[in-house]
Order: sequence, then C-alpha cells, then structure tokens
Amino acid sequence: MELALQSRILFGLTLGFHIIYATIGVGMPLLLLLAETMGIWKKDYQYRLLAKRLAKGYSITVAVGVVTGTIIGLQLSLLFPGFMRIAGQVISLPLFMETFAFFFEAIFLGIYLYTWSRFKKPLFHLLVLIPVAIGSGLSAFFITTVNAFMNTPQGFTIDNGAITNIEPLKAMFNPATPTKVAHVLTSAYMTTAFVIAAITAWFILRGHRNEYYKKALRLTMAIGLVFAVATAVVGDLSGKFLAAYQPEKLAAAEWHFETKTHADLLVGGTLDRTTNEVNYALKLPNMLSFLATDSFQGKVVGLNDIPKENWPPLIIHYWFDLMVGIGSFMIALSAVFVACRIWKPKLEWNRWLLGLIVLGGPLSMLAIEFGWVFAEVGRQPWILRGYMTVSEAATTEPHVGSMLVLFSVIYALLGILTVFVLVRMARRNPVEPLLDARSEQT
Amino acid sequence: MTTEGLGISILWLFLYGYIIVASIDFGAGFFSYYGRITGKGEIINKVISRYLSPVWEVTNVFLVFFFVGIVGFFPETGYYYGTALLVPASIALVLLTIRGSFYAFSKYGNPNSHLYHFLYAATGVLIPASFSTVLTISEGGFIAVEDGVPRFLAGNLFYSPYSWAVVFLALVSVLFISTSFLTYYANRADDPQAESVLRQWALFNSLPTIFASLLVFMALWKHNPEHFASLMGNSIWFILSFAFFLNALRLLIVKRSYGWMFISVMLQFFTAFWGYGKAHLPYLLYPYVSFHTSVTNPTMAKFLVAAFIGGMVLLIPSLFLLMRLFIFNAKYVKGKLS
Ligand code: HDD
Ligand code: HEM
Ligand code: HEM
Repeated sequence: MELALQSRILFGLTLGFHIIYATIGVGMPLLLLLAETMGIWKKDYQYRLLAKRLAKGYSITVAVGVVTGTIIGLQLSLLFPGFMRIAGQVISLPLFMETFAFFFEAIFLGIYLYTWSRFKKPLFHLLVLIPVAIGSGLSAFFITTVNAFMNTPQGFTIDNGAITNIEPLKAMFNPATPTKVAHVLTSAYMTTAFVIAAITAWFILRGHRNEYYKKALRLTMAIGLVFAVATAVVGDLSGKFLAAYQPEKLAAAEWHFETKTHADLLVGGTLDRTTNEVNYALKLPNMLSFLATDSFQGKVVGLNDIPKENWPPLIIHYWFDLMVGIGSFMIALSAVFVACRIWKPKLEWNRWLLGLIVLGGPLSMLAIEFGWVFAEVGRQPWILRGYMTVSEAATTEPHVGSMLVLFSVIYALLGILTVFVLVRMARRNPVEPLLDARSEQT
Repeated sequence: MTTEGLGISILWLFLYGYIIVASIDFGAGFFSYYGRITGKGEIINKVISRYLSPVWEVTNVFLVFFFVGIVGFFPETGYYYGTALLVPASIALVLLTIRGSFYAFSKYGNPNSHLYHFLYAATGVLIPASFSTVLTISEGGFIAVEDGVPRFLAGNLFYSPYSWAVVFLALVSVLFISTSFLTYYANRADDPQAESVLRQWALFNSLPTIFASLLVFMALWKHNPEHFASLMGNSIWFILSFAFFLNALRLLIVKRSYGWMFISVMLQFFTAFWGYGKAHLPYLLYPYVSFHTSVTNPTMAKFLVAAFIGGMVLLIPSLFLLMRLFIFNAKYVKGKLS
C-alpha cells in the first residue's frame, strides 16, 4: 500500500475515533446546562441528580477526548508535514486560538466537576457550565474553520511556490465556514441528546420505570428533536453551499453526471461504472435541484463537466444517503415521541418506541461518522482544494504502516475500556436509592 | 524584541510551565503507586489525589499549547521534526494516551485496579524520558537531511551518552519538583505523616538534580562544543539557578517556609531553563532550522501575538480562580470540602 494512503487511513482513523468523544464533549455541557436549569426552574432535585450522574460519565469521555485530540494535533504534523509547512502559514491562527478555548474549557470543567457542594446556591454551580459550553463550542468552531479552509481555501496568493498576501481572518471566514460550523454544532447537540436518550430508554426497558428516567427521556428527546430539525435545515444549506463552491462533491454524492435543470435526487441504488448508469435507485423528482439551489428548476453541475482526475470517489453517495437517512429517521422518531407525550401519554412508554430510541443513539453517532467520511473523502484528491493534493502533502517516512497497527490497537483498547468503565459505573451506582433519600449526596 | 524572539519566548515560557505542572503530575503518579506497594498509600494518595483531580486536563493543555504554538510560529519545525520523528513521537503519544485515559479509568471507574494504577505510574516515568529526548535531538547529530528529506538516526541517539545524561536529568528533576511541591501541599493540608515522607523524598532527590546537570554539561561539551561554549557565555543563569537550589535545600533541611522552598525550586528550574534556551538559539534544530529563517510570515506572527494577548486576558483570571479554589483554599486542601 502506498504511503500517502496509509497516512490517510491512520489520520482518518484517529479523527473518526476522536469525533465520538469530541461530539459528546461539545454536546454534553449544553445538556448539563439544560438539566440543571430545569432543576432550578422546577425546583426538582432529580434534574440535578441527572446532571450529576451524567457529569461523572462525562469525566471519562473527556479524558479520552483530550488524549485522542492531543494525538491529532501532533499527527497533523507527523503525517502531513508538507501540508503544515504551507497551510500552517495561513491557518495557524485558528489552531492556536483553539488551544485557548481548550484551556478555558478545561479550567472551568475542572471547577464544575469538583464543586458540587462548594457553592451555597446551585445557580453558581450552573454558571460555571457556561464557560465550559462556550469553550467547547469555540474549540469546535476554530477547528472546523480549518477544515472549511481545506475545502475552500482563500486569504492568500501563491507566487512561484511562495505564499504571500496572507489574510488570516479571510482564511478563517471562508465560504465553507458558516454551514460547516453550524452543521457540526447542531449535529453534536442532537447526537449527545439522542445518545443519552438511548441509554435512558435502555434502563426503562430493563424495568427501571420511575419518574427519574421518564423525566430524563422527555428532556433529551425534546432537545434531540429541536437540534435534529436544526441539523437538517443546516444540512440543506450545506447542500447549497456545495453546489456553489464544491460542485464536484455534490455531484459525486448524487451520482449526477449530466449538468441539467430539474435534477432528481437519487437514494440508494447501484452504479454501473462503465456506463455511469444508475439502477435500482429511489428517485425523488426535482429534489436535487431544490437541495442545490432552493428551486425545483435550478441547474446542477454534473460530473461530466469536471475533469475526471478531480472526481472524488463515487462511493460517497452511500455515506451521504446514510447520513441523511438517519437524520430523517431521528426527526420522525423524536417527533412521534413528543407527539405521544402531548396527545397519547400511554404510548410514550411503548416497548417498540423505546426500542427504536435505544437504536437511535448509536445511529446518530454513525451519522456523524458517515457525514465526516463523506465530507473528507469527497474532498479527494485535494488536501487543499485546488492548491495541493494529499500525496504532495503526506509524509515520506516509511514506518506509517506499523504506526497504523499501533494506533488501531490503542483505539480498540480505549473504546472497549470506555464502554466497560461506563457500564460498570452505572451498575455500581444505581439511581433508585438516591431518589428516596431526597439528599444531594451521591 | 523581534517577533521571532517574542514568539520563542512565549513558547519557552509555556514549555517551562508544562515542565513544572507535568512534573508534579508525573512524579505524583509515581509516588502514589510507590506508596501503594509499600503500604504507605493512604497518606500520600490522599494528598496527591486532591491536588491532581481538578487540574490534570489543564496540564495537558500546556503541552498542546506548546506544540501547536511552535508549528504556528515556526512552520519549518513542524516539517523537520514531523517527518523525522514519526515513530518516536507516536510512541510518546501512546504513552500519554495510556496515562491520561487510565488516570480517568482508575479514578472514576475502578479505584482499586492495580493494573491501571501501575500503568499510570510507569508512564509517568517513561513520558518525561521520551519528551526529554526531543531536546537532545534538537542539539543536532540525530537528524540527517538527504535530498531535502529529514531522517531520524535512532542508533546515534541510543548510543549517545549525552542523550542518556538528559534522560537521567529529566527523571530526577521530575521527582524533585513533584516531591518539593507535594511536601508544601501536605504541609498546608496539615498532614504531618505525608509531609515527612514527602520531605525525605525531596531531600533524597535534591542533590542528584545538580549531579545530573553537571553530567549533562560534560556530555554536551563533547557532543556540541558550539552550544557548550554558548552555555558558558550564559553562565550567570546557571549560577543563579544553583543559588536558588541551595536556598530550597536549606529550607527543606530546616523544615521552614515550604512555600518559599517550592518557589525557589521553581526559580532554580526557571533560570536553568532560560539559560539553556538562550544558549540554544538561534537554532531550533541544529544546524538546519534557525528561528530567524523559519519564522512564519509577519502578518501571521502579528495575529498570533495578538491572539496570545487576548487569550491571556481570558486565561489568567480563570487560572487564578482555579488555584484559589483548589490549591490555595485551606479547607479544600485539608479535605474538608468534597
Ligand atoms: C447527526 C449527524 C448528522 C445528520 C443527521 C446530518 N448530518 Fe450532514 N454532516 C454531518 C452530520 C450530520 C457532519 C458529521 O457534521 C458533517 C461532516 C462535515 C461537516 O461539516 O458536517 C456533515 C456534512 C454534510 C454535508 C457536506 C458539507 C461539506 O462537505 O462542506 C452536507 C451537504 C450535509 N451534511 C447535508 C446534510 C443533510 C441534507 C442532512 C439532512 C437530514 C444531514 N446532513 C444530516
Ligand atoms: C472529527 C471529524 C473528522 C473525521 C471523522 C474526519 C475523517 C477523515 C477521513 C476519513 C479522512 C481520510 C479521507 C481520505 O483519505 O479519503 C480524513 C482526511 C483528512 N482530514 Fe479529516 N476528518 C474530520 C475532521 C477534520 C478536521 C476538523 C480537519 C482539519 C484540521 C481535518 C483534516 C484532515 C486532513 C489534513 C486529512 C488528510 C488529507 C486527506 O485525506 O484529505 N479533518 N479525515
Ligand atoms: C470537528 C471536529 C472536532 C471537534 C468537534 C473537536 C472537539 C474537541 C473537544 C470538545 C475536545 C475537548 C475534549 C472534550 O471535552 O471531550 C477536543 C480535544 C482535542 N482536540 Fe478535537 N475536535 C475536532 C477535531 C479535531 C482536530 C481535527 C484536531 C487537530 C487539529 C483536534 C485537536 C484536539 C486536541 C489537541 C485536543 C486536546 C485538547 C486538550 O488537551 O484539552 N480536534 N476536541
């Protein structure tokens, strides 16, 4: 296997693993904030208990998020030294500011986790969460601007291989930034809420039918619904962004070959690679035009108008479909749950519904993975679209393969241990005894 | 000061900050395990866990700040070190990963697991050893450039007496810094048993730091005479460092003013580190990367400095709050607050 490919796989593996923890890292502070707010507002200590228990598990995922993030930070230079040498001149600003955001977050998270009974009023403890949420949101913002820059680089000019006229702010606020940042944030909030909902539903199915779990499920499903809709709306805007700035990615995602108006959206199907014909796909008439341009008659650029060596791998069609499919499913599921809560309270605790909610947690996380793989593979062959290809940037050091094995083992181990430790924590500290005691001690 | 001078000074300060806070962390892990197998666990562990729990993530950010900053200010360093050090850096990352995650696993998940605790302690020794070799490598002779592509010469590093002298210095320094801090902390916590154990350890590690420094000087004299000469030119810093060391030792022996004792230790390392850094310049990687030629473009440098100032305005009060709550809060230190 060639070196550049090995580097890509290793980097993708690290990011794919980090994003699980990073998503929770971004989403959880908001969830804790809402749970604690509910507790104060409704004067119901069970919400505070919920926040406290979530925060315990959170301290485990934060640790793994921090160490895997540290790995990425270094691997960026280790695996793509050519990229950092050039692009580093333009984008080190957001990377640098990201570390300040981490600092800010880490400090207040440390305070939050160790001051449950330090303040006289619970409100002060809640206030500590605000900088945590801002810090993690900002770190997601900064890092995503870097990724956006890789897709639509701007803010510099290249003269005979030398980079000049650098405008760091223009590079940060490139055309991809608004939709990317918004999509990353909303999907993280949505996914965290659904992951917690899934765990809660699991407990309810296992017979823990008390008010505590019911409150937790209602809260997380409602938050999930709001952000699932937001994610879809921003996803739609992302489609319009792609049509305008990265048409090859959208065309590859949709197996759209002929440039035309009234373009159909294809779901699933198979592709005949010799004739570029699509079979067995579900056709949604004019919907691609709508996704790309906001109008059913809009014109959408097809792959045939793009030089073949710049085509992204066509497999991204499936990643796109899976992401959108899961998104639509989660909107429907959470809408049904909320509707039941309002109009048919009995159905709320239906076993089937709860079972689907259990499934929804891992599915949402998968959607994040599919979305990123789609976005990143869809940028191929470029690392800096239009300026530098991945193979020009990748390292020439011959041992990438063995490092790939090493890190795969480490991630497998960390993944298994995280689950193991979290499950054990939950088993050893059942919530029931705490509910009657009416005490704040856990 | 030039922008590159300012940039490298900021980074050097953060590296120093990392060395202090990380040493406390690494050494503490080591001692808590040592305490466990010798049956003195109760005393030491209580002191250590109170300090460590809230701050370990902050410690890690110091490191991230340093390497993101150096690649930002001096992109060439990322290219040279990045290409050459894939394997050793990956191994260091794995150690760091094991340490960080197993700390959390053992603390929150399974407080009594022997294996987790052992891994946590062992990596606390291995990480400083592996990080310190990066400073060794920067002295030159361990990276060769063929056709513009940097290559790491692992054999040279392994057989170099200089490299082993640095590893030795790193280890004793970690142990000295952490025991002197923990002595102070135990004293604040009114835990005389822990204090006396930790103080003995601090004394035990004190002279070896000086001995190891002399060893490093001698080995460097053979390895890179140019840098050695430049160190001699900056000898005032090392004399100061020795004076601070003597003061710390004195306070440890007479069991007085542990706060000043620890400040002296910090100054001992600060002056030595500053002197070493000054003498190291202009090279970031001898003789390929000099900080004058590898600095990023002036526009970016200006933005980075501005971001740094903005960041500090945000951070200093926050760090101050953290310290007030956990380090300088008598009730917390004494374990009276959960
Ligand atoms: C829970 C996760 C999740 C869900 C339900 C969706 N997405 Fe998404 N999507 C992501 C998670 C995600 C992501 C992981 O966050 C990505 C990867 C890169 C990015 O910016 O966001 C992404 C990328 C991404 C892109 C590529 C952007 C780019 O490369 O610049 C488009 C066009 C969409 N999405 C569109 C949609 C649409 C139309 C959805 C309709 C429901 C949708 N997404 C649901
Ligand atoms: C955290 C979510 C992310 C995931 C899951 C992810 C996933 C991936 C994957 C699968 C690849 C390999 C693509 C291929 O080679 O075909 C890749 C490549 C890459 N990604 Fe990302 N990525 C993420 C975010 C980012 C961000 C925020 C950045 C910006 C700093 C980034 C920078 C890169 C680089 C430099 C490469 C290598 C070049 C390339 O293969 O295009 N990634 N990523
Ligand atoms: C969009 C994708 C990403 C998101 C949303 C994200 C978010 C986060 C968050 C929230 C943390 C803190 C850990 C936690 O609270 O769980 C974290 C850690 C970290 N991330 Fe990521 N990250 C992403 C991708 C990346 C990339 C591409 C890099 C490298 C260029 C990176 C570098 C780091 C570093 C260095 C840390 C550790 C910081 C520390 O020590 O506190 N992240 N990330």
